[in-house]
Amino acid sequence: MEQKKKTLVIGVIGADVHAVGNQILYHAFSDAGFNVINLGVMVSQEEFIAAAIETNADAIIVSSLYGQGELDCRGLREKCDEAGLENILLYVGGNIVIGKQPFDEVEKRFKAMGFDRSFPPGTPPEVDIEALKEDLHVED
Amino acid sequence: MDPVLLIDFGSTYTKVTAVDIDEPRLLGTANSYTTVQTDINNGLADALIKLEQTTGRLDFSARYAASSAAGGLRMLASGLVPELTAEAAKTASLGAGAKVLKTYAFKLTEDDAEEIARLSPDIFLLCGGTDGGNTDTVIHNAKVLHKIGGSYPIIYAGNRNAARECERILEGREVHITENVMPAFGKLNIEPTQKEIREVFLARIVQAKGLTQASELISGIMMPTPSAVMAAMKLLAEGTKTQRGIGDLVAVDVGGATTDIYSVCEGLPDDPRTSLKGLPEPYVKRTVEGDIGMRYSIRGIVDAAGLDRVAKIAGLGVERTAEIIDMFANNTELLPTDGETRAVDEALASMAVRVAVKRHAGRLEEMFGIGGLKLVQTGKNLKNVDKVIVTGGSLIHTEHTGRIASYCFYDEEEDPESLRPEKADILVDRRYIIAAMGLLSEHHPEAALKIMKQELVKDDSAK
Ligand code: B12
Repeated sequence: MEQKKKTLVIGVIGADVHAVGNQILYHAFSDAGFNVINLGVMVSQEEFIAAAIETNADAIIVSSLYGQGELDCRGLREKCDEAGLENILLYVGGNIVIGKQPFDEVEKRFKAMGFDRSFPPGTPPEVDIEALKEDLHVED
Repeated sequence: MDPVLLIDFGSTYTKVTAVDIDEPRLLGTANSYTTVQTDINNGLADALIKLEQTTGRLDFSARYAASSAAGGLRMLASGLVPELTAEAAKTASLGAGAKVLKTYAFKLTEDDAEEIARLSPDIFLLCGGTDGGNTDTVIHNAKVLHKIGGSYPIIYAGNRNAARECERILEGREVHITENVMPAFGKLNIEPTQKEIREVFLARIVQAKGLTQASELISGIMMPTPSAVMAAMKLLAEGTKTQRGIGDLVAVDVGGATTDIYSVCEGLPDDPRTSLKGLPEPYVKRTVEGDIGMRYSIRGIVDAAGLDRVAKIAGLGVERTAEIIDMFANNTELLPTDGETRAVDEALASMAVRVAVKRHAGRLEEMFGIGGLKLVQTGKNLKNVDKVIVTGGSLIHTEHTGRIASYCFYDEEEDPESLRPEKADILVDRRYIIAAMGLLSEHHPEAALKIMKQELVKDDSAK
């Protein structure tokens, strides 16, 4: 039986303008069979949430490349809860913190902020797609 | 000569406009006071007598009418997220010439339900969710509407995946299902809804508002008056096959209860590197400021602009200004009689223009982030629009129209981010013919455009 396509909302958070990775992710996720709502660059938390509500999204995939990820992502989970998106999957990736920090610590901090998964710099889209399929129970 | 009659059934006046479509020109205009809804025919007959006193007897080959009688086309709309489908629903309704009493977002509450029952609109527009997106809210809202009951039609323009279910929930009600106002995220699709609103208006509302008695005298087209204004402005901007239009424009209609702003332009950023935020903007856009009007909503002007500001423009003391404002508020029929009342009236009109155009126009914000400056535009860029059309009693019955209208212009000191027109020619609708020309444009666009070009006169009083 054909499954209903899972819907992802993607975008680059905050005042971040790095546009190339976002385009690559858009194509990679679409090719992998997801329904992708791409909000592009410079996306506020509110915009992620509004898009996810209207489209009944299954996951929000946040990119942050310019080092301000920690600041920009703070409070997103709480706002999702507030908006009735209690169970939505939250991922973050890119260069989410400044410089080179041990990633397990970074991951812990983002976990505490409510992100289901966070990914270190240079993670290829395939890894992300595998994780999504697992978390959203998508069968190949 | 081939005379055609255009009629506008307003809530207080019935206005008639006679034109010759053979050699396009305005033959005359007249209006009559209409007291109760029922004597709409008397109003029309009176206005015609007055008209023919100036034009002589006319043998009309056609009569077309628009109506904003009995409160206009009163609508309520609901969507899901305020800045997404709820906004799309509102934009669609306003663009169809409706008076939007209220727009609801998210799930309707018990209080909302009571309010809806009390307001009892002419049409309810039910939206929410992109296609394939959220269905919970729109289904919940359909259930609430079912529970409230009532006999007004409901137009469904929400998530198509919930359309049939909502129809079943609303069984027994007149439900019109049309395409989603936002089929995909951020995509605006309002024309199908507007077409539906217009059809419901023709089929039902015209009768309900007692306009059918007049209909035997009328050869066709009934539309809400604001729709007629929109049609006229679109024609004036774009032109026809044989005549050039005047290009992008903004139109300002300052009324007693509301101020309507229309813009006909794409409104894209000057600098292509600017990012756009928010919903895409319709090319022909109408906004209505319900709190900005010269009499019924006079307090709203003062709230938005500040009493000091109004007094300063009027050149009077604050106390005297407040007194005159009270006078106007308590007697909505009052017209300015002397220098002082006129000064206050014009100051209020100036602020109405400023506030309403500011709310209609988009904004350009400079975001300083790491890595420098970034420009972000929301809404329409009107900076390059170089024609502003003005209409409405307080603006056309004064010599200072240009000066009042110039308050719509961009003002760096006052608000550097607002994308209002930088400078523009002010064209005045002295004889109040715009709605009539919109009606005429349905069948005789060439004549309608020619007449508008003759009648909308440039005002240089600002300079
Ligand atoms: C091009 C570029 C720019 C361009 C961007 C042009 C544009 N509009 O796209 C410009 C010149 C504007 C720019 C500006 C800045 N940049 Co820059 N930029 C780069 C550069 C060289 C390449 C980025 C790129 O396109 N990569 C290619 C794409 C395909 O890769 P990607 O973006 O990383 O995305 C992939 C992965 O990250 C991953 N991914 C992304 N999101 C997610 C999410 C999830 C969940 C997952 C699993 C994976 C994932 O998948 C993507 C596709 O494969 C990088 C260095 C580098 N080599 O990466 C620096 C870099 C990103 N920039 C950096 C900085 C500091 C800046 C500035 C702050 C510099 C400044 N002080 O002015 C500004 C910030 C401007 C702003 N407001 O955003 C730093 C960030 C440092 C940090 N995070 O610690 C970098 C890493 C350079 C460096 N080593 O210092 N930059």
